[in-house]
Amino acid sequence: MPFIPHTEADVSAMLGAIGAASIETLFDEIPPALKTGKLKDVPAGLPEMAVTRLMQERASADGFWSNFIGAGVYEHHIPAAIWQITTRGEFYSAYTPYQAEASQGTLQLIYEYQTMMTRLTGLDVSNASLYDGASALAEAVLMAVRSHKTSRRVLVPKSVHPIYRRVVNTTVKNQGIELVELDYDAATGQTVLPADPGSFAGLVIPQPNFFGVLEDVHGMTDWAHDKGALAIALVNPTTLAVLEAPGKWGQTGADIAVGEGQPLGAPMASGGPYFGFMCCRQDFVRQMPGRIVGRTVDLDGKPGFALTLQAREQHIRRSKATSNICTNQGLVVTAATQYMALLGPQGLAKVASASHGGTVALADKLAAIPGVTRAFASPFFHEVVLKLNDNAKDVLRALRAQGILGGLDISGWYPELGQAILVCVTETKTAADLDLYAQQLERILSKRREAPPCAYKS
Amino acid sequence: MLIFDHSRPGRTAAAQLPAAGGNLDDLPAALCRKDAPGLPEVSELDVVRHYTRLSQKNFSIDTQFYPLGSCTMKYNPRACNSLAMLPQFLARHPASPDETGQGFLASMFELQEMLKDVTGMAGVSMAPMAGAHGEFAGVAMIRAYHDARGDTARREIIVPDAAHGTNPATATMCGYTVKEIPTDATGAVNLDALKAAVGPQTAGLMLTNPSTLGVFEKTISEIQKIVHDAGGLSYYDGANLNAILGKVRPGDMGFDVIHMNLHKTFSTPHGGGGPGAGPVGVSTRLLPFMPIPLVLNENGAYRLATETDLPQSIGRMSANMGNAGVLMRAYIYARLLGGEGMLRVAEYATLNANYLMAKLRDAGFDLAYPTRRASHEFIVTLKKLKDATGVSAMDFAKRLLDYGYHAPTTYFPLLVPECLLIEPTETESRETLDGFIDAMIRIKHEAETNPELVKGAPYSLPVRRLDDVKAARELDLAYKPAA
Repeated sequence: MPFIPHTEADVSAMLGAIGAASIETLFDEIPPALKTGKLKDVPAGLPEMAVTRLMQERASADGFWSNFIGAGVYEHHIPAAIWQITTRGEFYSAYTPYQAEASQGTLQLIYEYQTMMTRLTGLDVSNASLYDGASALAEAVLMAVRSHKTSRRVLVPKSVHPIYRRVVNTTVKNQGIELVELDYDAATGQTVLPADPGSFAGLVIPQPNFFGVLEDVHGMTDWAHDKGALAIALVNPTTLAVLEAPGKWGQTGADIAVGEGQPLGAPMASGGPYFGFMCCRQDFVRQMPGRIVGRTVDLDGKPGFALTLQAREQHIRRSKATSNICTNQGLVVTAATQYMALLGPQGLAKVASASHGGTVALADKLAAIPGVTRAFASPFFHEVVLKLNDNAKDVLRALRAQGILGGLDISGWYPELGQAILVCVTETKTAADLDLYAQQLERILSKRREAPPCAYKS
Repeated sequence: MLIFDHSRPGRTAAAQLPAAGGNLDDLPAALCRKDAPGLPEVSELDVVRHYTRLSQKNFSIDTQFYPLGSCTMKYNPRACNSLAMLPQFLARHPASPDETGQGFLASMFELQEMLKDVTGMAGVSMAPMAGAHGEFAGVAMIRAYHDARGDTARREIIVPDAAHGTNPATATMCGYTVKEIPTDATGAVNLDALKAAVGPQTAGLMLTNPSTLGVFEKTISEIQKIVHDAGGLSYYDGANLNAILGKVRPGDMGFDVIHMNLHKTFSTPHGGGGPGAGPVGVSTRLLPFMPIPLVLNENGAYRLATETDLPQSIGRMSANMGNAGVLMRAYIYARLLGGEGMLRVAEYATLNANYLMAKLRDAGFDLAYPTRRASHEFIVTLKKLKDATGVSAMDFAKRLLDYGYHAPTTYFPLLVPECLLIEPTETESRETLDGFIDAMIRIKHEAETNPELVKGAPYSLPVRRLDDVKAARELDLAYKPAA
């Protein structure tokens, strides 16, 4: 029996100890009318060898692609050591560190993670992580509203990832919170601050924004603070190796920083698991959701680590908790902590600058092709919007036929941009990769000008 | 020693750095960082050795029996990890077109269909990323259902007092108020209290079954009918699905929505606190409100459903497709087990729990619900021992660590004083259970003869008992080097 060690002798001895005639007897408190019998849509079990073959076939069918899609999930090199250590049984098969003495490995690791995140973001404290970047943003919006007391409005630029905005809406809509969209400038792609915003609890400040465009984070932070609201930074952790830390934005710094932790050592893996990070100023620590680890001492005065500030959480506070969350994305944080340690300040800066350098180089090559222009004439980081004078979906499909995922079609989300794609380069792409993309795009666009486009609709 | 203590200026794990950086001259200086972030500067071996050593300070399923009640700490088959981490699966960007991920999506679709079957529900969405996230999806769907009918006076969610804290916290997040109802002396929901609690204000009931007290709600059909008759919907918290997998199905009991914890029942790793996965199953009337994405099968071509397919959906819960890699591990586990293997899960988990319960009762431990069968878990109460010796459930739990066993869940559920909630799972052998029973008996004897010994435990772990008060009062949440 897979994963069940019992012999027949075990079963009869155990039933004897219980005083039950059969295993079925143990279910005699379940009303017989409810009993199911058989599962019809679950196939028969397979040995590991057969399942291995099946999964290998499926993986091969999915294959490998030359990927230029970013949009919040970035293809970075992941050092081999990271997932070998992360999947050690002692990390992989442990649970939430409730028994602190038996969980010092996980607890110390989270404390180190929290420290690294505060250093990247320039803020005082970090939690042990949330589900993903979008859900972390939702929690930050809730936190801003809890902290503000009077206003239940939060300003969210249209230059925030459209799906993040939907996730925030799903999370907060039943709590009477109003999300107010802020437009972006058509020429620069930067957020336009309204002249008369009314009262609001928080302003979300994406850096870089969804378009890859750099926002005036100092001006936005000070503007939010002038209006008595919190400044919520939404940032990519890789870029924080070279871009200003949210804790130093404007006169007094952002109050909360959140974002997607995936770039720090998590494989793209069709969507997860990743983790959301959240840091804030010390004043707001009791409003922060999620697990938090603190350093303390044991009975002998020896340093050790434990979950702390649990009075905020659902298992103590129940309906008055800061959030219903009771997990963190522990295993992915285990990987991210090692990633940050292995890359260090120099390595992370080099990853960021190499990614940016590659994006600039590709944007220049592509924008030199007739029919391709940059959407915004403003500084960008590591991701860029290109407008096409052709159908984006068709062009991306033609690139795909050459093994290239050329970017994300954002025309549906931003119809005002016309046919537009969001393109990203990371340090994983070589000069030859960029050249091949440019050559193929040029070939496709010129051929489509000369021949009827339906030739490419396979 | 922290990783920061290993740091030396200028040291790097050079093999991990890109060969060349890029030019940043196009960036406005005002937006650039002035000081490098204070990450550790260490070698690759420093990192490998430091984190390997940290791992050795953990208890885990792979190293210890871990009878943590309500958490289903069963063996996580290694193949589930290695096959979910095949390089093509890891390399796929979530925004890639569906055509580039048919192998992945086929696996997701098949898992979705299997989860429908084991729960007996009409539809399943795998968007939620944890049990509590699934609860949120479930209650948000209940609210969307009432709102869509203009039935907006329903503002109350009923929750038994034994419920996990996430139930009331979730109801609050969905804008509902919470009404608690009591449990009777046999651990069952008090039907009179439930009848008195329901009314035109009732949006729904959240119920865990088998309950957090380790017993099956024998009146589950009546409970469900009382709520439906009042116009409310019924939510099945599937935290303890491992106890009934394949035996009974929440859909057959008439429930409207269930969440499953795949990191429990489908053996995906707990990972030191996550990531989990909390798919939701729904009855026919909640189908239009399911969170997206779902996986659709259109004549053998798989694709992710969007807002266009489900315009009434409660919406998205993650930026991508939930914890996809966790779902892959669950799928692989399901294929290894198959239908007959799933039936065995509940049978042997229940056998192990009832065996442990009988042996501990025979050894003189008090059961919280002695007249009931254990489901896959049960509760021992140490109240008499505490009164007689001063040794608390916490002391007892800490002493178990010295004997090499992870402690059961302590002080939950809150209703039972000095409780240990014990869940052995189906993957543990009789010898392991007997070893644990011996340790329990020895610790009880220690408590009766030398209580101070037990109160001072543990002695053999990397640290002794930690000062939680100091941790909360003198917050030290991030390392700051001495000036």
